[in-house]
Amino acid sequence: MIEISKAISGYLILQGAVLCFIASIGVLRLPDVYTRNHAASKGATLGVMSLLLGVFLYFLMVEGHFNSRVLLGIAFVFLTSPVAGHLIMRAAYNTKVPLWENSVQNDLKKKNAGDPERTSHPRIRDK
Amino acid sequence: MKRTNLKTNDLILQTTVNIVFFIIFIFSIYIFFAGHYTPGGGFVGGLLTSSAIVLLLLAYDVKTVAAIVPFNFLKVAAAGLLIALATGAGGIFYGEPFLKHAHGPVHFPLFGEIELASATAFDLGVYLTVVGVTMTIIQTIGETE
Repeated sequence: MIEISKAISGYLILQGAVLCFIASIGVLRLPDVYTRNHAASKGATLGVMSLLLGVFLYFLMVEGHFNSRVLLGIAFVFLTSPVAGHLIMRAAYNTKVPLWENSVQNDLKKKNAGDPERTSHPRIRDK
Repeated sequence: MKRTNLKTNDLILQTTVNIVFFIIFIFSIYIFFAGHYTPGGGFVGGLLTSSAIVLLLLAYDVKTVAAIVPFNFLKVAAAGLLIALATGAGGIFYGEPFLKHAHGPVHFPLFGEIELASATAFDLGVYLTVVGVTMTIIQTIGETE
């Protein structure tokens, strides 16, 4: 039983580390702020949650210690990290950071079409 | 950079802050009481509480937060110092040196006997002082234009 739980928590920790690694590669490789933020907020959130779940299972099954703070940390990361990503993205869009030149869809552009304050900047352009 | 007059919709931020505020606040209370046997204590607990209030300040404006948390934080800091001083001075009345702390079982009507230490009251003073000083600093900086 202990060996099985060690294997499961080891797998979860490895999966979390690999997901964080993939997220960091995404931040390096993707072309603009929005896609980079997409990679960072999604990949790193799931990676950190897997890591914490692995740690929680290890301490529960091997050490016999129920650590509720780690569970709270999982819930907290799940709750706050996407919101942080959303706020960064919106701040970027509102300060007229341009989309990737091959982007095909900009729904906010159409939504803000009547508002000169939001559409007057030349750097945001439709495809 | 040019200040934009974009009226942004803060619904997502405010809804999340409404939930997260309570998580951080309860965690800070836990950290405060866990300080005797595990890492934590008045200082970290106070910083966590003030960070929860700062999160409210980020999501709402200063007037709303002043209505939600209606404390004069300078007085909170003063009360914390007074509590710490009083627990330190408590030892003098029993013929013991200053800051001599007492502990022992106390009987409560509902909970039964609980081991209490007067160091917790000193920690409460530290907690209130940290909350008061941090919030005073942040509110003072935030109000100047």
